[in-house]
Amino acid sequence: MVEVNLWSGLRPLADGKDCVEVEATTVRDMLSALVDAYPGLKPAIDAGVSIAMDGRIVTGGLNETLDGVQEVYLLQRLKGG
Amino acid sequence: MMALDDRKTNFKYIGTRPDRPDGLDKVTGRARYGADIQAPGMLHGAIVRSPHAHARILKIDASKALALKGVKAVVTRADFPTGLTGEDWNLQENVMAGEKALYDGHAVAAVAASSALIARDAAKLVEVEYEPLPHVTDVDAAMRPDAPVIREGAADYSVPEGMHPNVVRRIEFGRGDMDAAFAEADEVLEATYRTEATHQGYIEPHACLAQLGADGKGELWCCTQGHWFVRRMCASVLGLDASQLRVTPSEIGGGFGGKTTIFIDPVALALSRKAGRPVKIVMSRSEVLRATGPTASASMDIKLGMKRDGTITAAQGTFRLQGGAFPGAPTAETMQCAFACYEIPAILEIGYDVITNRPKQAAYRAPGAPMGAFAAESAIDELCRRMGLDPLEVRLKNAVKEGSKSSYGPTYPRIGLVETLEAAKAHPHYSAPLGPNQGRGVASGYWFNWGGETSVSMAVSEDGTVQVSVGTPDIGGSRASMSLMAAEALGIPYENVRCNVVDTGALGVNEPTHGSRATYASGLATIEAAREIAGKLCQRAADKWGIDAEAVIWEDGCAKPSGPNAGDFPPMPIAEIAAEMGQTGGPISGHFEATPNGHGGSFGTHIVDIEVDPETGRTTVVRYTVVQDAGKAIHPAYVEGQFQGGAAQGIGWALNEEYIYGTDGRLQNPVFLDYRVPVASDLPMIDTVIVEVPNPGHPYGVRGVGETGITPPLPAIANAVAGATGVRLRQLPMTPPRILAAIQANG
Repeated sequence: MVEVNLWSGLRPLADGKDCVEVEATTVRDMLSALVDAYPGLKPAIDAGVSIAMDGRIVTGGLNETLDGVQEVYLLQRLKGG
Repeated sequence: MMALDDRKTNFKYIGTRPDRPDGLDKVTGRARYGADIQAPGMLHGAIVRSPHAHARILKIDASKALALKGVKAVVTRADFPTGLTGEDWNLQENVMAGEKALYDGHAVAAVAASSALIARDAAKLVEVEYEPLPHVTDVDAAMRPDAPVIREGAADYSVPEGMHPNVVRRIEFGRGDMDAAFAEADEVLEATYRTEATHQGYIEPHACLAQLGADGKGELWCCTQGHWFVRRMCASVLGLDASQLRVTPSEIGGGFGGKTTIFIDPVALALSRKAGRPVKIVMSRSEVLRATGPTASASMDIKLGMKRDGTITAAQGTFRLQGGAFPGAPTAETMQCAFACYEIPAILEIGYDVITNRPKQAAYRAPGAPMGAFAAESAIDELCRRMGLDPLEVRLKNAVKEGSKSSYGPTYPRIGLVETLEAAKAHPHYSAPLGPNQGRGVASGYWFNWGGETSVSMAVSEDGTVQVSVGTPDIGGSRASMSLMAAEALGIPYENVRCNVVDTGALGVNEPTHGSRATYASGLATIEAAREIAGKLCQRAADKWGIDAEAVIWEDGCAKPSGPNAGDFPPMPIAEIAAEMGQTGGPISGHFEATPNGHGGSFGTHIVDIEVDPETGRTTVVRYTVVQDAGKAIHPAYVEGQFQGGAAQGIGWALNEEYIYGTDGRLQNPVFLDYRVPVASDLPMIDTVIVEVPNPGHPYGVRGVGETGITPPLPAIANAVAGATGVRLRQLPMTPPRILAAIQANG
């Protein structure tokens, strides 16, 4: 199981929870499991999210493993200049 | 066995300041920028732009334009495919208006002709019948119930029912018990701060040369920060297969985020497809200011609680940003960066992305972060002054460090804010005496930085020199830093490496040079490609010596036996191996591709002294010091240049730059005479201090440095103005009339 912290904008889409647990071994599995458990999250995840794993933002890392990761956050997708 | 450490700390070439590889080309005029590209049979394009802030397009009649001698084609939205959705539709709608013109300067048609003069004349002959509509250009006004609706249905899932249709996104995050945390504070400040839209101000206007056949195959030469982005966007907007369009970047005369998207490129391609000839479009400065992306403007409410000892107990912010007529204002980044420097137990941030009748915003150096920093860092300073606290000590007291919970959620890895604050405190600038009418301000700032899709190739030439092919256009010295990293990894002189920015046909997808990512991501890929080459060079030496490759190391540009047991062979230099590589297995090259995720955020702290003329309100920046964490400065002179450039742009944003709209919704200052960027005579020598807290996610410790530097100047200067005048300006820019009015109102 992995604990996923949701930024507050996502919480209403996940029954008001600020942290949810899903069964997943990779980032891809985690996003998929989140949508399965909380279908309301789908538009937000489809629109693009950034994922912080132990403080490291891993957008583009769908196949990254969650083994040994202590902290996962879903954030707004970031843009740079 | 290769002797290349994963975390190298002793460097021979990294940290030196060799000549820049593009210097001679640029000072002799040999460098080819976007407008320098030519093709046989080339036509020139000109864009017809809306004179209205908001208007329905009733009819476009191009017959008079087409009758003009030399005119070869006219395109309108009818020449673009239909059925696009989401951001693809936004891009298409922005490059060529459909049913409505959404802002002053919005493209509504384009002409291709045999000369630039004829094209401009023909553009004037295109007759467009408009039905002007009510408009709104101010973010707060656009949210009011009576505001004109720019587009129904643009809001996403996050916007609650009942909000105005111009509100297209709502964001909220936070933690902690706000009421209890504010109750713990000895002082609570509530204030509203506003920043105006500013343009990236790159000196080179957008320019491109396009060639597109009826078979859907095309070539595009353009000035851009990211030619794969241009390829993908143009392919979407025009309905092309991405791989059939080859995009080659020119030398670039500044971008600062504004050249990570498209404006004229698909229009030139559409004209070329229709005319059957190459078409070149070069924007005027007025077109750049009216119709390319400035940054967003912001209106922000801050509530901040602080104890007498300087501990911040709670922070609350509401951030309203307008990013023009399309969704996409960097509201999330504003919010995430506003209080990112501080460990605050209770925090609540709410943000809105609002559409208005202004041009579609584009990224601008740490998009969104300067606005948030202006509000948050000004508020901190206000409380420091109210309670007589030292602003650097307060920042140190609350500063985030490794293991701190960020204001936006995640726990920070190794970061360097405390080190920048300590360095600022120790700098002679901070304790230097001030003169009459002078004030000192400090502020800190943060930017995340970025990894992104990256692909780099490297090849050894027959003489042992090396060429590096990267896909990130060089906007801040990246060819020098790539060459230094390749030289370091291979142990060969910097001068023996040439780094080329290659076209979309030569590498896999590369994200643009954005997010301060080029030195981090392309640099990481360069080092890994060099390591692959070093392994192959060891193999060739091992084959020649008749020993196992594992018994060979690569050191100082030579293959060497790993120890006495490996054999007694003299070092074999890269040139010797390269000279016979055709007879020992063929060309030697290396390649690396990834979406690296080990980028490290960068913090900075600025100190600025300003002097305000009490009779005119004019502000002079008399001393400026930038302290920033670079992780590891590959080419320190370029790093210092980035620090200085960020500060200079921030000074302009703070004091003079703004988009001024008239009551008719038209931009009033679309030239550099009226849109006032700082020039050399406006600025002092900007001092720099490079702090190096290595990023564990890069082999040499690199963090991006390009963007953080524009984050602290806005509040640092506002804080200095408060020190000099005793009045607090919460609205940018702090122009002389605005400062004078504030001084006079204060008595």
